[in-house]
Amino acid sequence: MPVSKDDVKKVAQLARLDFAPEEEAQLIDDLNRMLEYVAALDQLDTTEVPPTAHVLPLENAFRDDVMGQSLDRSDALANAPLSGQGHFRVPRVIE
Amino acid sequence: MTYESVIGLEVHAQLATTTKIFCGCSAEFGGDPNTHVCPVCLGLPGALPVLNQNVVELAMHIALAAGCTIQPRSRFLRKNYFYPDLPKGYQISQFQSNEEMPLATGGGVDVPTEDGGTKTIRLTRIHMEEDAGKSIHQEAFVAAGESLVDVNRCGVPLIEIVSEPDLSTSEEAFHYLTSLHQLLVYTGVSEGDMEKGHMRIDANVSIRPVGETRLGTKVEIKNVNSFRNCQRAIESEIQRQIDLLETGGEIEQATMLYDPDRNILRAMRTKEESDDYRYFPDPDLVPLVVDHAWVERVQNQIPELPEAKRARFAEDYDMSADQIEVLTAGRDVADYFEATVAAGVQSRIAANWIQGDVMRVLNDRKVAIGDLRVSAESLAELIGLVDKGDISTSIARTVFDDMVETGDSPAAIVEKKGLVQISDAGELDGVIDQIIVDNPEEVERFKGGDQKLMGFFMGQLMRATKGQANPQKASQLLREKLG
Repeated sequence: MPVSKDDVKKVAQLARLDFAPEEEAQLIDDLNRMLEYVAALDQLDTTEVPPTAHVLPLENAFRDDVMGQSLDRSDALANAPLSGQGHFRVPRVIE
Repeated sequence: MTYESVIGLEVHAQLATTTKIFCGCSAEFGGDPNTHVCPVCLGLPGALPVLNQNVVELAMHIALAAGCTIQPRSRFLRKNYFYPDLPKGYQISQFQSNEEMPLATGGGVDVPTEDGGTKTIRLTRIHMEEDAGKSIHQEAFVAAGESLVDVNRCGVPLIEIVSEPDLSTSEEAFHYLTSLHQLLVYTGVSEGDMEKGHMRIDANVSIRPVGETRLGTKVEIKNVNSFRNCQRAIESEIQRQIDLLETGGEIEQATMLYDPDRNILRAMRTKEESDDYRYFPDPDLVPLVVDHAWVERVQNQIPELPEAKRARFAEDYDMSADQIEVLTAGRDVADYFEATVAAGVQSRIAANWIQGDVMRVLNDRKVAIGDLRVSAESLAELIGLVDKGDISTSIARTVFDDMVETGDSPAAIVEKKGLVQISDAGELDGVIDQIIVDNPEEVERFKGGDQKLMGFFMGQLMRATKGQANPQKASQLLREKLG
């Protein structure tokens, strides 16, 4: 099967998710079922189809360089778990 | 063993837009922390980015000025990583790999070489991306194991200009950065204010024995904020690598930070799985398509570039090589000079005035020439008064300072302060006659052959006329009268 235990661990680490060991087996199973479902697309011959990132044929959506309304700082910080001195407070950042 | 170094630079330049790249928040430097923010740059759920067209325009300006090819089709991707100064959890960038088409590819920047020639440093690409926020380490918070985050800078538009590894010395790197800076400012693409972090540099440095064609292991120096520091950081890194190889060591691929105060490099803590950014096209942003007509329109807006201007000034005007450098360093000064010449001033005289008094005032007051209250036309008028003999050059310099202060016209200042030079023989005759009457002894000694007394009589005359006597005329009349 394509998804291994290591794959799940790696993706979990990248997404900053934490699982109990017993959940891992369940996740491997879930992910493999999803991949199998999508694998149905492999039956199609897509050699002549260019890769696409958008389903709509849109391009060049622009805005003008004109100032809009920014948030009040109190609103910007309202959902922060910790704030102080007008800043977000976070666990110490080390370069 | 003799080594040669191979250097490539990645320059992040902030674009001179009013607003951020994907939202209408101000892109202005500073501002109270977390006040230039909205749901888009904070990455709140459901917020949708829309590309600022001016970002594309400005990026195209520098790309075309550097001779790049604009790609007809490019797109934006998400570079996913967790960092506190990046609230969305991803940075939107045009870069994924060298296979992903950015806005512009190719082109080059000319730099002067030691032997007086020029060398073209090829560009790999220019792409657009957004800046991240800023972490602040305040003592009280650090002690509690915390940092503060200001996200005003999140979403400020950047271009990344990536060079080929064509640079061979740290001096060349410095010249490349200086040329690139001048190009960015000339084209109005960036304000290029280093104090505000408008240009930040990553340098890739490797060395190899002379004659070796394979590249050595490269070390990346991240986020240097001045050209001199970049030059010094590269020098230190080259020396470090040479020392390492000479003592039998091996160079490890690494990312370093430069400490300009101590002139040392230290390895950055490597982020875990830092190479796994899981790039994918941002589904919220549609592809960017630039057609031929758009490229042509921007091409036509590109002003005369520094190199072309220097060549033309050398050809068209009477000035020293030194003056060419000073007068073409910025477009505003060059335009001011040409407007002064257009108003009828000889180029050599205009160049002397601008390189001298005008630059002195700009430096003293730390203002741009556009903020000077003396227009090119007023300066030409002032120089015209000297040409006509109305005022002397030294009086003209005091009038100039007055013009800077008040913004008044030179004629008005000369009139108001009664500074017009006295060249009228009748008026000077009367003054000289009085000096002769008042100083019979000196007149006798002068007539007896004491020529040095000429200085005394000129001094008397200048005092009597408050320095406004035309010196040539006065001296001539004095000699006639004292005969």
